[in-house]
Amino acid sequence: MMLSGTVWKYGDNVDTDVIIPARYLNLSTPEELAKHCMEDIDPTFAGAVQAGDIIVAGDNFGCGSSREHAPLAIKGAGVSCVVARSFARIFYRNAINIGLPILECPQAVDETESGDRLSVDLRTGTITNERTGRTYHTSPLPEFIMGIVQSGGLIPYTIKRLQGRNR
Amino acid sequence: MGHTLAEKIIADHLLNGPAEVWPGDLVEVHVDLVLANDITAPIALREFEKLGVQRVFDPAKVVLVADHFTPNKDIKSAEQCAQVRRFARELGLPHYFDVGRMGIEHVLLPEQGLVAPGDLVVGADSHTCTYGALGAFATGMGSTDIAVAMATGQTWLRVPETIRIVYYGQLQPWVGGKDLILYTIGKIGVDGARYMAMEFAGPTVDTLSMDGRFTMANMAIEAGGKAGLFACDETTRAYVHGRVKRPFREYQADPDARYARVLEIDASTIEPQVAFPHLPENTRPVSQVGEVRIDQAVIGSCTNGRLEDLRIAAAILRGRRVHPDVRCIIIPGTQQVYLDALREGLIETFIEAGAAVSTPTCGPCLGGHMGILAAGERAVSTTNRNFRGRMGHVDSEVYLAGPAVAAASAVLGRIAHPDEL
Repeated sequence: MMLSGTVWKYGDNVDTDVIIPARYLNLSTPEELAKHCMEDIDPTFAGAVQAGDIIVAGDNFGCGSSREHAPLAIKGAGVSCVVARSFARIFYRNAINIGLPILECPQAVDETESGDRLSVDLRTGTITNERTGRTYHTSPLPEFIMGIVQSGGLIPYTIKRLQGRNR
Repeated sequence: MGHTLAEKIIADHLLNGPAEVWPGDLVEVHVDLVLANDITAPIALREFEKLGVQRVFDPAKVVLVADHFTPNKDIKSAEQCAQVRRFARELGLPHYFDVGRMGIEHVLLPEQGLVAPGDLVVGADSHTCTYGALGAFATGMGSTDIAVAMATGQTWLRVPETIRIVYYGQLQPWVGGKDLILYTIGKIGVDGARYMAMEFAGPTVDTLSMDGRFTMANMAIEAGGKAGLFACDETTRAYVHGRVKRPFREYQADPDARYARVLEIDASTIEPQVAFPHLPENTRPVSQVGEVRIDQAVIGSCTNGRLEDLRIAAAILRGRRVHPDVRCIIIPGTQQVYLDALREGLIETFIEAGAAVSTPTCGPCLGGHMGILAAGERAVSTTNRNFRGRMGHVDSEVYLAGPAVAAASAVLGRIAHPDEL
């Protein structure tokens, strides 16, 4: 699956409270949440983000709360993929579970700037920066996790498993 | 080669087990308890419905607590709570806790005996790691993971590496679990234990009360940890006695367990700690804080809303007055903590000192309600996160501390050591 989009770059420890502040946790649909995505770190983001854009960030992206509203808001905003130096573990699980593609690639992060265009091949884990022409390879997802991704998220994956059990 | 606490508990919960597990293994496990709250449950219930199952795997093992935006802060929150309440009724869940009987989930569940040593617990709340204080493997997940665990009683885990932190030396006056964990996070950073389990050990924590241990395990997530565990001992047994009404298993780490890192900390040198905005790792000893005026002091939360915390705050506030420029908000963690505090006279002390006492709620900790900050305002808080905008306006500030520093600061109007009173 090929993705391509303009980069929004942020630093280390982007926490779930700035991705979607708690004052909006009385909302729960991706569309409603997207209107406030990244509001406390970058008030321009929600109004200007285009479908397919890519968030690039430093270490420990998504640290803090377990709120699934965070990846839902990002996905709802039309972001096609998040590339970070590293992810906080609950955010990592949540993104996989709801079908938001994420990749860990420190070198790509270090050599990418806001406004660059990245193309990402999720199948091979290859990231290309169209401005610099440089290509990066990330380690593929473990097979077990890839199974969840290929099913379209944890819910379709579990439905398949439950059906298998009842057969 | 031996195993850590986390490895041993996971090994005994394997779907195809028990068998030996090692860090990095991806495994499927049975869970003993599944938890969600009023902000994570609505999404979990939506995903649960998509699974097409008619019941949860075991009604007695699913806990729903309305604690974040309750008592309902607005119409949308009220609707979320109504949805959770309806689900609990329809599926006949005995452990649904509503206003008047509820508490902050991570104070409530251990108090009610719902978590036992050796359990494997998953919760749609990042501070689910609190139950590690009881010698359980407990970890936070998102709503979709929890929906699946509610339906199947199972989840998948990557067996974590473990960091063992050994504390020795006698604690200084006014230093408690909160100061130990803040100091530790200051040392290893907010991602110092990312994806890992933290194992707390050593003579200092052996003498720590259960309340102090809950505080430490609670903040493992603030170092990126997946879990924060204590081995079972006499203190644990005394706590669960009369609360936990089912058999459970105690675990100890093997002496030859393999750790990603072992950290030894001389706790006798640790002063009360303060974490500056906007990360819990920005810690300083209170003597090096300088002049930080505050507008609000919050004492409560799943981190420090237990009886011991309120006793410490009361010891400082007794016979004193909250500074005229400060709003001091005290939130007992559960109805039981509230009642105990009332019977001990702590509530009277707080009110006479000029503090506001609230019914249990997560409220201000996450900027929900009951103490939101305006632009430019500063709070000292016994809660667990000081991220930008966490307690309100994006230009407000939260300084994390234990109940002793928070109470002393409330009196002096600036961040202060209790000895300055």
